[in-house]
Amino acid sequence: MKYVDEFRDGDVARGLAAAIAREVEPGWRYAFMEFCGGHTHAISRYGVADLLPPEVRMIHGPGCPVCVLPIGRIDQAIQLALNQGVTVCTYGDTLRVPASEGLSMLRARARGADIRMIYSAADALALAQREPQRQVVFFAIGFETTTPPTALVIRQAAQLGLTNFTVLSCHVLTPSAITAILESPEVRDLGTVPLDGFIGPAHVSTIIGSRPYEHFAEEYRKPVVIAGFEPLDVMQAIRMLVRQVNEGRAEVENEFTRAVTEDGNLKAQALVSEVFELRQAFEWRGLGMVPYSALRIRERFAAFDAEARFGLVYQPVPDHKSCECGAILRGVKTPLDCKLFGTVCTPETPMGSCMVSSEGACAAHYTYGRFRDIPVVAG
Amino acid sequence: MKKNYVRPLDLRHGSVDLSHGGGGRAMVQLISDVFGKAFDNEWLRQGDDGAVLPAPGPGERLVVATDAHVVSPLFFPGGDIGCLAVHGTVNDVAVMGARPLYLAASFVLEEGFPLADLARIVASMAAAAREAGVPVVTGDTKVVEKGKGDGVFITTTGIGALPAGSNLSGANARAGDAVIVSGTLGDHGMAIMAQRENLAFDSEIRSDTAALHGLAAVAMAAAPGLRLLRDPTRGGLAATLNEIAQQSGVGIVLDEAAIPVDPQVAAACEFLGLDPLNIANEGKLIAVCPADEADALVAALRAHPLGARAARVGEVIADEHRFVQMKTAFGGRRMVDWLAGEQLPRIC
Repeated sequence: MKYVDEFRDGDVARGLAAAIAREVEPGWRYAFMEFCGGHTHAISRYGVADLLPPEVRMIHGPGCPVCVLPIGRIDQAIQLALNQGVTVCTYGDTLRVPASEGLSMLRARARGADIRMIYSAADALALAQREPQRQVVFFAIGFETTTPPTALVIRQAAQLGLTNFTVLSCHVLTPSAITAILESPEVRDLGTVPLDGFIGPAHVSTIIGSRPYEHFAEEYRKPVVIAGFEPLDVMQAIRMLVRQVNEGRAEVENEFTRAVTEDGNLKAQALVSEVFELRQAFEWRGLGMVPYSALRIRERFAAFDAEARFGLVYQPVPDHKSCECGAILRGVKTPLDCKLFGTVCTPETPMGSCMVSSEGACAAHYTYGRFRDIPVVAG
Repeated sequence: MKKNYVRPLDLRHGSVDLSHGGGGRAMVQLISDVFGKAFDNEWLRQGDDGAVLPAPGPGERLVVATDAHVVSPLFFPGGDIGCLAVHGTVNDVAVMGARPLYLAASFVLEEGFPLADLARIVASMAAAAREAGVPVVTGDTKVVEKGKGDGVFITTTGIGALPAGSNLSGANARAGDAVIVSGTLGDHGMAIMAQRENLAFDSEIRSDTAALHGLAAVAMAAAPGLRLLRDPTRGGLAATLNEIAQQSGVGIVLDEAAIPVDPQVAAACEFLGLDPLNIANEGKLIAVCPADEADALVAALRAHPLGARAARVGEVIADEHRFVQMKTAFGGRRMVDWLAGEQLPRIC
């Protein structure tokens, strides 16, 4: 654990905190969005906000894979398992996301649906190989980090000639989501969401590289600092963003050089484009329909596309009308602005997706930070 | 002359069938050959519907605790459902401050369950009971149809004697008290998870399952003002401390840097996106005592083989909201909340 602990050193953190406090211009306000749920989690889990000066405010972004998954997509997976008798495999957090009719994948399981939690795409493929009489659907979600493994299992299934394995692809793309935020009226026209820069994704950037963010720096004049998921990475990135703002620069900088290059992982990119192509539009929770923001399986691999195999038609389903997840995912509101937060919407009974994953803004605040909302006699 | 008219149980290749729960000869044979032989003691030998036990000493009160065990897999590194069923209930009695005396055990067996596995589980259970000095004095067996159980479920009930004047309770914590753990956290839960999900880590993570009444006695002797003992099983340290905060109407502040976690477990948690504070333990105590007794208590625990890595990890504060907070090693502060539902791995 030595390697990890180096990036969580309290003394170094205090030194960085002091440096940030020294460097902020008195009277200025700095609002930075950490795009990724991994960063949101690190900030909450390690209490990073306690170390920041009051001038710096962090806005939680939409980069939490289960948070942006719309109800309609989860409904599709549940219907497949409940009505078509298939075995649906997916990643842990996805199981608890609320869907239509008070269901979630966990609750559907209690109703007899065969839904299984897996740790990797390869687990789903192995299940299909092991039990040829069973139709296995891998409900594939996530950003660019989780896409290459999905592409790999599709290619392997094709090589093996499997007839009982398909993928319901809900893979989404980070740059499109950032564009959607920058183009949102609150940021672009109304200015109600001050946004002075981004902390760029860690794991996603190991795949796509740092180049895709140059557009945001140039076109929208927003600094981007790509950072690792450790709390010291986040602190260092904030310091770099403060400097860019102070100096009037808007550039892509890379704090996470130990893993991210300009071009990213070319082999993974080639694999993904062999299997996937852009969808014209995809519905995101919070951001609505976002053009060219997700991936679908190419015609060549249609035999492994659950949408094709089972003739699925996407039906958008509106969120609960009081749920503010949409506004929270765009940075327009905070969890405390939602009247459901902590009353009817809790981690045990999530109404919206932001309360599900520990990377979601609401769950992170509820689990790690709610003591800040109430004056507490601290020891 | 024929010696007997009974064909012995095939403990190597046989399996449980419905007749083993049917109340006939097969059931009697299973009980005597598997359970009776392993647990053998004067009360079981009586063969009555219940056990007649001597009353505890003068001034002593009885403590009773019960625990259902439904672990999967049944066998895991460091133990199995058998010894776990003994330790779990012995520990529930022990943390009340009582001396565990007797156990009752009931088994729900699934049709088709291999008798060899059952015998292995019962042997492990008997060994654990003997080691703890707590005999299984009465029991019950039921068989359910295939598909209606998960191999074997074991419920144990324990009885213990509480000395006069002893009063340990989750409601006793007071502002200023010290919070102490008896060793590394998360070992049992992570051992189970690694087996269940077939996660191959470099070296095996072993369950910490153990009977804690010896260690509990050490704690009570070392800290006369001891407020409470708990064993942080399901939900881990986080759940148990939240329970204590609720019961006592206090807050608790933990010091993350002081909390002992085995490097293997920490690495596995890191890999899966889990928090060791939420993971189950089966061989650890939490103690709350007045601050001035904390050093003596930690020293006494460390002198016991089950408490070698004991540490003072936090303090009780006045807080009407009853929050459990933690000073992170990073220098910030966060809540340590109950788990929401089951702990699931993060994705990205």
